[in-house]
Amino acid sequence: MKRLAVLALLVLWAAPALAAGADEAMLPDPAQEARARHIMEELRCLVCQNESISDSHADLARDLREIVRERVAAGESDKQVKAFMVDRYGDWILMKPPFNWRTAVLWLAPLLLLAAGGTGVWIYVRRQRTGVPPAAALDEVERARLLALLDEDGSA
Amino acid sequence: MKPQHVLPLAIFVTIVVAFGASFHLNLNPEETPFAIKDRSMPAFDLPPALDGTPGLASKDLQGHVAIVNFFASWCAPCREEHPVLLTLEKRTGVPLYGIAYKDQRPALAKWLGGEGNPFRAIGFDENGRTFIDWGLSGVPETFVVDGRGRVVWRFQGALNEAVLDKGLMPFLKKVKGGGAS
Repeated sequence: MKRLAVLALLVLWAAPALAAGADEAMLPDPAQEARARHIMEELRCLVCQNESISDSHADLARDLREIVRERVAAGESDKQVKAFMVDRYGDWILMKPPFNWRTAVLWLAPLLLLAAGGTGVWIYVRRQRTGVPPAAALDEVERARLLALLDEDGSA
Repeated sequence: MKPQHVLPLAIFVTIVVAFGASFHLNLNPEETPFAIKDRSMPAFDLPPALDGTPGLASKDLQGHVAIVNFFASWCAPCREEHPVLLTLEKRTGVPLYGIAYKDQRPALAKWLGGEGNPFRAIGFDENGRTFIDWGLSGVPETFVVDGRGRVVWRFQGALNEAVLDKGLMPFLKKVKGGGAS
């Protein structure tokens, strides 16, 4: 039992070594490899969808990583590599969607909601300020009535 | 406009805009975008998947309407749609070509030998690069290439009667009727 637990621990320990891409051929130039890694983080895995291809174990993600490395090694810019992917899979493959008319609502919705909320608060505050007239000072009759009421309350 | 009308109006406008925009966004997470729609088909030249049969290159698909089916013998939905493929040419009058994605030749030969081979020719996409060039994320996926070599229709997943009746058949009628073939 103890041996099994130790074994399980060892397997868990080794798991990071099995992370996506760990067994793949890295680019010999570390600067290029770093750039390729950065691009991979910005591309969506089409099979698992909420992972970048850098994190995914899917077969397709592996192939896409290979293509990223090939194109980086061939001297393409980040923009060119991403364009290659968008050409085939659309903007959807980008983890961070670009700002265009199709995604305008997505990007602007928080601002719109903030504006709507702000307008609501503004209207509320304005109404508070103008809606209720400032209380006038009590005249003699009111003061006498108030004292009477307070007295009544105290004696009850 | 009275101030108390501003907020409801703003909310209403926001909802209308969001609703309208939802038609432009792809909200079905199962379906990936059809990025190559209406573009020239991505070029490829693949070796044959079966001994004694032709391979497949993009030039083979030029000049006529064609159906291209990406599949694999290891893929369960591909086996599911296989009976539909077997009669597809007869029903549509359009030649059917296959591209085998990351398959093993013996497994492929065994399967198609047993169940029947519906394809004019099968390209063997061993490294999956043609699959990526066509913007696929899984198999099976079926495309229609028009007479001018443009990729004009696609379906992700296993073909079935409903897809044929409501999607493929009416579409092919339009493509062929339009004189594009």
